[in-house]
Amino acid sequence: MKTLEEINKIREEKRKELDLRVNVGASTHEKHILVCHGTGCTSSKSPKIIENFKKIIQEKNIENVRVIQTGCFGLCAKGPIVIIRPEDVFYAMVKPEDCEEIIEKHIQNGEIVQRLLCKDVDNTTVKQLDELNFYKKQKRIALKNCGVIDPENIEEYIAFDGYKALEKVLFNMTADEVIEEITNSGLRGRGGAGFPTGKKWSFTKMAKGEQKYVVCNADEGDPGAFMDRSILEGDPHCVVEAMMIAGFAVGANKGYIYVRAEYPIAVKRFQKAIDSAKEYGILGKNIWNTGFDFDLEVRLGAGAFVCGEETALLESIEGRRGQPRLKPPFPANEGLFGKPTLINNVETYANITKIILNGAEWYSSIGTEKSKGTKVFALGGNVNNTGLVEVPMGVTLREIVFDIGGGIPNGREFKAAQTGGPSGGCITAEHLDTPIDYESLQAIGSMMGSGGLIVMDDSKCMVNLAKFYLGFTVDESCGKCTPCRIGTKRLLELLTKITEGNGEDGDIEKLERLCSNIQKASVCGLGQTAPNPVLSTIKYFREEYREHIDHKQCRAGECKALMKLHIDSELCKGCGLCKRNCPVDAISGEVKQTHVIDEDKCIKCGTCINKCPFHAIKN
Amino acid sequence: MVNLTINGRNVEVEEGTTILEAAKKINIDIPTLCFLKDVNEIGDCRMCVVEVEGRRGFATSCIQKVEEGMVVKTNTPAVIEARRIVLDLILSNHDRECLTCTRNGTCELQKLAQEFYVDEIKYQGERNRHEIDDISPAIVRDFNKCILCRRCVATCKKVQGIGAIDCTERGFQSTVSTYKNKSLNDVNCTFCGQCIEACPVGALKEKDGTVAVWNALKDEDKYVVVQTAPAVRVALGEEFGMEIGTNVQGKMVSSLKQMGFDKVFDTNTGADFTIVEEGNEFLSRFQNSGTLPMITSCSPGWVRYMELNYPELIPNLSTCKSPHQMFGALIKSYYAEKMNIDPSKIFVVSVMPCIAKKFERTRDDMQGAGYDDVDSVITTRELARMIKQAHIDFVNLEDAEFDDPMGEATGAAAIFGTTGGVMEAALRTVQEKVTGNHFEKLEYEEIRGQKGIKRATLNMNGTEVKVVVASGLKNAQIIMNEIKEGKADYQFVEIMACPGGCVMGGGQPIRTSKERANIDIRAKRANALYTIDEKSTIRKSHENPVLKKIYEEYLGQPGGHKSHELLHTSYIEREKYKLDN
Repeated sequence: MKTLEEINKIREEKRKELDLRVNVGASTHEKHILVCHGTGCTSSKSPKIIENFKKIIQEKNIENVRVIQTGCFGLCAKGPIVIIRPEDVFYAMVKPEDCEEIIEKHIQNGEIVQRLLCKDVDNTTVKQLDELNFYKKQKRIALKNCGVIDPENIEEYIAFDGYKALEKVLFNMTADEVIEEITNSGLRGRGGAGFPTGKKWSFTKMAKGEQKYVVCNADEGDPGAFMDRSILEGDPHCVVEAMMIAGFAVGANKGYIYVRAEYPIAVKRFQKAIDSAKEYGILGKNIWNTGFDFDLEVRLGAGAFVCGEETALLESIEGRRGQPRLKPPFPANEGLFGKPTLINNVETYANITKIILNGAEWYSSIGTEKSKGTKVFALGGNVNNTGLVEVPMGVTLREIVFDIGGGIPNGREFKAAQTGGPSGGCITAEHLDTPIDYESLQAIGSMMGSGGLIVMDDSKCMVNLAKFYLGFTVDESCGKCTPCRIGTKRLLELLTKITEGNGEDGDIEKLERLCSNIQKASVCGLGQTAPNPVLSTIKYFREEYREHIDHKQCRAGECKALMKLHIDSELCKGCGLCKRNCPVDAISGEVKQTHVIDEDKCIKCGTCINKCPFHAIKN
Repeated sequence: MVNLTINGRNVEVEEGTTILEAAKKINIDIPTLCFLKDVNEIGDCRMCVVEVEGRRGFATSCIQKVEEGMVVKTNTPAVIEARRIVLDLILSNHDRECLTCTRNGTCELQKLAQEFYVDEIKYQGERNRHEIDDISPAIVRDFNKCILCRRCVATCKKVQGIGAIDCTERGFQSTVSTYKNKSLNDVNCTFCGQCIEACPVGALKEKDGTVAVWNALKDEDKYVVVQTAPAVRVALGEEFGMEIGTNVQGKMVSSLKQMGFDKVFDTNTGADFTIVEEGNEFLSRFQNSGTLPMITSCSPGWVRYMELNYPELIPNLSTCKSPHQMFGALIKSYYAEKMNIDPSKIFVVSVMPCIAKKFERTRDDMQGAGYDDVDSVITTRELARMIKQAHIDFVNLEDAEFDDPMGEATGAAAIFGTTGGVMEAALRTVQEKVTGNHFEKLEYEEIRGQKGIKRATLNMNGTEVKVVVASGLKNAQIIMNEIKEGKADYQFVEIMACPGGCVMGGGQPIRTSKERANIDIRAKRANALYTIDEKSTIRKSHENPVLKKIYEEYLGQPGGHKSHELLHTSYIEREKYKLDN
């Protein structure tokens, strides 16, 4: 147990000690080797890198060097990432066997290991993180501490203003003032729908009830999205603190965080954060003698997408099958165990402490008129810099894809980007300059979503894309209501029929009719938004659908059933590579003669295309 | 009060009313499928969607409460299209073998398909295939017909407090299943059959008994005796379009005779035996410090529930067989001897309002006379089916009388068919035996009515007797817990597995969700039984002359050696879930 005075003292001392983390070139004889220990880098052996660094340092008996495990730095494409402070040297794609060289050259001799420096998309070698185009247009608020602190060390969190917002709230603000501050900041729900956060807090506060709950939705389920996971992995305490502030504001003394069990690192770190906060007397009864009690518990989800829907999430916390309840009543009035409940998403919470400390005016100065602050995106797909980005609301998709993301690899063309995952829609090249905010995205048939942003180049078939997302929805539908349970299945079947070359006239209209009725008649957000990928691809790529149906053609070449491979006699040199590699002996031909593909035997695996050195095999 | 507009018409309803109820008030019909009032209010089928001005998407009228100034439209083209598509989707994953379905003509889905003039399934596709579970002696589950409305799940869980079935799997694969997808036979199902009553389609049905009965009737070697339970006669008419609560005893007997049964007896006579035996057992326990409270045993769903869940209370359960089993044993012993018929040639058919009786028949220790007491149990619905197969003009039949000598019964026996009836009938006998007085006032109002639990304290010559009556297994559970925890000092407990008692048994005519919401079916059927009782000349079981004669001629004393052999049984502890495999 620590008193508030002791916490403040820790902050003061620790902040000095950790100055080198944020102050490039700070004068200190210490060096901190920061190694990303997020899920992505962990899967490419970053724990081994940490282990090696520690071992070598010990063996060589080097003083004043510390190895720190951090959360995600963002540029996952270049992981595992190692950063050395205070000089802020950024090493990319580090392997465990590189540790020795980094220690010997960099740490012991002050010499940068050139070969491990990161190369930007334009092939320039970059020494410092900030020099990368990837970071230039970003603004880190929710991710402020990610990659800076050791997420498992509460004192490091405290050092960077940790639990200061809680102190401010408990000692200097009333619940109404807190809600007013959040309301004035213009913060909206980052889970995807963008409901004003202050309003939600105020509804929960106004709801009658002795017992109220605060819930954190960390059931991030969109394919390709990992914003919430990264926040929990990189800065779990900021969510703990925000949930406490929310509890104070709405009158709740108990919080639950619902995390999917597939996020083991996030779960472990968050649990550690709770335990440390309790140990430091921050969570518990009569916190800092203010009379405010708050307890926090982790509840694991089994990874069902529908449990990200707030009422299904509540059902699951209560121990029942995760399926949505009908609204109204809304959780603010009848939520967890029937009590008034505030549910916010991880990223929403991650903004709270910053708003409290810097003020609503500061926060609302960032972003657009109706969408304030920043948004974290998990940038993925056919883009050079895949990873985690946080941008101010209002930047354009073009800026994200081309400036931050470094454009499309392999010289291909940008075709579309999908936001909102299986609930969202595609954004085409003509809308690249649309500012990223809730209303603008909705206006072009997509949605903000929770932050998954998948870029697609011209090798992607849009019918196949819709099919992919529908496949996901069909798997993830809870099965409660008819339109979602059977309707999405029928959509998937129709899309499959089209991609397999069996599409008929009228199928597009059939899809549209079913989509619009699933949207209107489904019980929850999952079903209501499931048709979006179909509708938006039909809207912007109707001609591709028509080609599949009328001409049995897939211009992107993704729909294998529609492939008709032939060998261009002008280009074929008769080298025989295709023939030798064909797994089903579908290719025949004499050496130096044009080869021929037997269509009946061909299984359209594409091996010959990849093997032909003369690009003679055409679809 | 709340004012709203539905289809341009104003309506004023109480706060808390649903849009569906408000619409009904002004005779606006909204189709429903998953909705079962007070039981399943989850709004998942989406048939009842309506438009509410200012709201995104449709509102779920079966559960959405009205709000002041709400403007509702129940039949716009958009709403109709959505319902039509929902219906299309349900039908696309439904085994549409309507002609060979037990629910042909009584299916709620079929009715909707008619109403919407579904002439083709527009969104055809893959269909789920399930194995049919027909292992249990009582219930058949054919989930190729299930539409996932979950009325059965809610009934099993919320009404009966059992939860033998629930949803498993997800999305398109979702299905209602049991623990580890075992047969209902091997889980904690009590065979009460309330799930069948709740099912809008043919996914749940009774195990057929009619074929065996027709075969017996065909067999010239067999002497086929049929007996009918008290609650059958006040419900059977419904199957022929007659008013709920019509007593069709005469027509029923008539039709059975036309079908060729050798004798048509009344289970009510058996019920009188039960009362005399049970009354005697109670007195003996009461006066000799036996195990109390004594709990009635005539509801086989209840008995199975107890064996599964409260085996430690088995000593409290009356050892009396249920009326039709007692009666079957007497037919194959006393009657066979008297008429000089080889009991092995007698085939006893019980027509019951009950599904669990099909199971009860197969229990051990149900061969009082050395042969199965009862050879086949058919439900009220199955009897109706047989009458229809025989093309008997039921509604216009002349009344006929039960056959002698086992066709005479008292008013006390008639009320066996409703909750509180067994207790009331027993008390009529017990009170006279205890006090030695003759009573004219026979109505025990405190244990009548449709409440789930009814408690009363009776004064018998200065001795207080505390009784409790519960119907529906969820209510039974409350009473059993009270007893188990020593919080209750009842002496006599009546339990019926089905809410409302046998009149609402799992074998009774199935009424639609809308009928269940708008008509008090229970009370109507129960009142018909009380009317039979009122009109009876003999209203106390022990005064039934048939009983007097049989005890004198054959059985000896109630509770005597012969009675025990023929009319009593034993119970076993049952595993809730068979863990083998």
